[in-house]
Amino acid sequence: MTNKLNNVQAVQQALQNEMALDPTVVVYGEDVGYEGGVFRATVGLQQEFGEGRSFDTPLAESAIVGTAVGMAINGMKPVVEMQFMGFIYPAVNQIVSHVSRYRNRTRGERPMPIVIRAPYGGGIRALEHHSESTEAMFAHIPGLKVVIPSTPYDTKGLLIAAIRDPDPVLFLEPKRIYRAFKQEVPEEAYALPIGKAKILQEGSDVTVVTWGSLVPDVQKAVAAMEDISVEVIDLRTISPMDRETIVASVEKTGRILIVHEAAKSFGAGAEIIAVVNEKAFLSLEAPPMRLTGFDTIFPLARGEKHYLPTPERIQAKIRELADY
Amino acid sequence: MQIDKFNPLDNKMFQVMNEKGEIVDADNMPDVTDEDILTLYKTMRKSRVIDTIALSLQRQGRMLTYAPNLGQEAAQAGSAYALRKTDWGVPAFRELGMWLIKGWPVEKILKYWYGSEWGSHFGEDLRLLPVSVPIASHFQHAVGIGMATRLRNEDDVVMAYTGDGGTSQGDFHEALNFAAVYKTPTVFVVQNNQFAISVPRAKQTASETLAIKAVAYGMPGILVDGNDIFAMLAVSRAAVEYARENGPVLIEAFTYRMGAHTTSDDPTKYRTDEDVEPWKDKDPILRLEKYMIEKKLLKEDEIEPMIEAFEKEVMDAYRSIEHSSDTEVEEIFAYHYEEMTPQLQDQLDEYRAFLEGAEANDK
Repeated sequence: MTNKLNNVQAVQQALQNEMALDPTVVVYGEDVGYEGGVFRATVGLQQEFGEGRSFDTPLAESAIVGTAVGMAINGMKPVVEMQFMGFIYPAVNQIVSHVSRYRNRTRGERPMPIVIRAPYGGGIRALEHHSESTEAMFAHIPGLKVVIPSTPYDTKGLLIAAIRDPDPVLFLEPKRIYRAFKQEVPEEAYALPIGKAKILQEGSDVTVVTWGSLVPDVQKAVAAMEDISVEVIDLRTISPMDRETIVASVEKTGRILIVHEAAKSFGAGAEIIAVVNEKAFLSLEAPPMRLTGFDTIFPLARGEKHYLPTPERIQAKIRELADY
Repeated sequence: MQIDKFNPLDNKMFQVMNEKGEIVDADNMPDVTDEDILTLYKTMRKSRVIDTIALSLQRQGRMLTYAPNLGQEAAQAGSAYALRKTDWGVPAFRELGMWLIKGWPVEKILKYWYGSEWGSHFGEDLRLLPVSVPIASHFQHAVGIGMATRLRNEDDVVMAYTGDGGTSQGDFHEALNFAAVYKTPTVFVVQNNQFAISVPRAKQTASETLAIKAVAYGMPGILVDGNDIFAMLAVSRAAVEYARENGPVLIEAFTYRMGAHTTSDDPTKYRTDEDVEPWKDKDPILRLEKYMIEKKLLKEDEIEPMIEAFEKEVMDAYRSIEHSSDTEVEEIFAYHYEEMTPQLQDQLDEYRAFLEGAEANDK
């Protein structure tokens, strides 16, 4: 049986499925319990599974993640929410100093099956600190996995995989497209592999790698370009990155463009280019290119249209690359 | 004693045995057998032997940076002795007395301080967390363990440790706040040893005591003479019992760090001999020794042989690790994820190929 879900409903159903299947899964964070989350990602869970398994916390991100460490040590699988990625920073000490290190420092004895969910990215005319994309900061941390889905089907399958993963996963949800479209999704639980990119469209002239809320924008841009054959890859997992899919595509096209929302310098795009240089250098017919957010603070609502790559800019960049 | 009857706002320090080894509060003397007392004494003695040997090895270049516990033995052993086997110990990094009570083997303790992650590989049955260097961050782990315990309707208690400096951290506040809201079975032990490296207690907080911080969180708090093993045990037992049934407790163990912060620190830079001198009379081991000799639980001529036996045990443990092999390259990579990522595998392979090449060139 399938049901038609948008991205945020897919998050909710993944949690609902896993809580029903596994009594050790607990879901908590600010406004997560009674209200069901400010984006309604956890709606109905407390009513169905009780206050013990889905609950509100005091307003303290470090303790939300820090207590998840203790929960994991004591046999639970916590799925905690950071209300916005812009509020994750008080928890960074817990993530970097403990969540990502515990398995290693105990030589495998105390793994951290924790999922940290956070809506991320701009384009919703939000207040300050509600629009950041800092996935690269976390992808740099050994011991952590960073996943960013873009469709309801992937959201559900990857979130379930993250919950079942014996290692900690930062699960970033592109909030601009939480409700942008719906897709038929199986009602029952299923897991998709973490660490695998998805080829959305095959092509032979240019490879475009993107993720998160820019996936629909890239698809829109490419759909309107009949003269250039573009291969579109949804990266889906930032770390560990699926190098094989990217390298195989570049070996075919000889050209690669990375489109991401995060700031350009030291972003995930730079890592992708480094991988291409290491593994597919002789296939390149043009310098790898990036179309990304600027190295600026994310502008407030009245300036954000300048920050986010648009389908028009994506098209222009693809042409620049194809014509090089 | 009942822990929630103590009012930390009175600013009184709980004591059972004074510096001369005399019981000054017989009503609150914990129920202990002669065997309990001997175990506590031996634990403190062994702790001091480990410290002394580790410091001496460090000066000989045979041990890495080490954080000694000198003077704080009663605060650590007395609190941990209140735990049962299934209760959890959550240390900072200066809790040797607790480690010994919980059962971290001496060999592994030394292995950790001598630079091997295998030191923190305990066996999952040992309900002890590894050393936590980022100050007070582990308080939240203690609370999370307790949240899971409550969720499963179990009744194990978690005892977590930090120092006076740790109370300045945001994580200290967040942990105590969460614990009180969820009524977790947590006993927070603050070893107030008067210094956070060089910064004295008065510069950490304007609060008159650390114990009174409990009041605002909505939990019992108690200030106790941390160099009095019987006071520590009485308070800890009451706190553990209260935590098991009700919710968290904050204990301020008032003590003094007789040694350096670590072997990299020189305390003469920030305190004088005159500062340290009065604390020598409050020594927790000598105090219990006086009591035991008076009660004929210990003879003076038994002390040296006991120390010598511990020295032998600790040196044997040290020798077993001193010449053991270094960490293997594979081990550095193996434990980051359940399954090694392709990225890690590549890096390992490349480095191994280099090592093998270098080895071949040597031949």
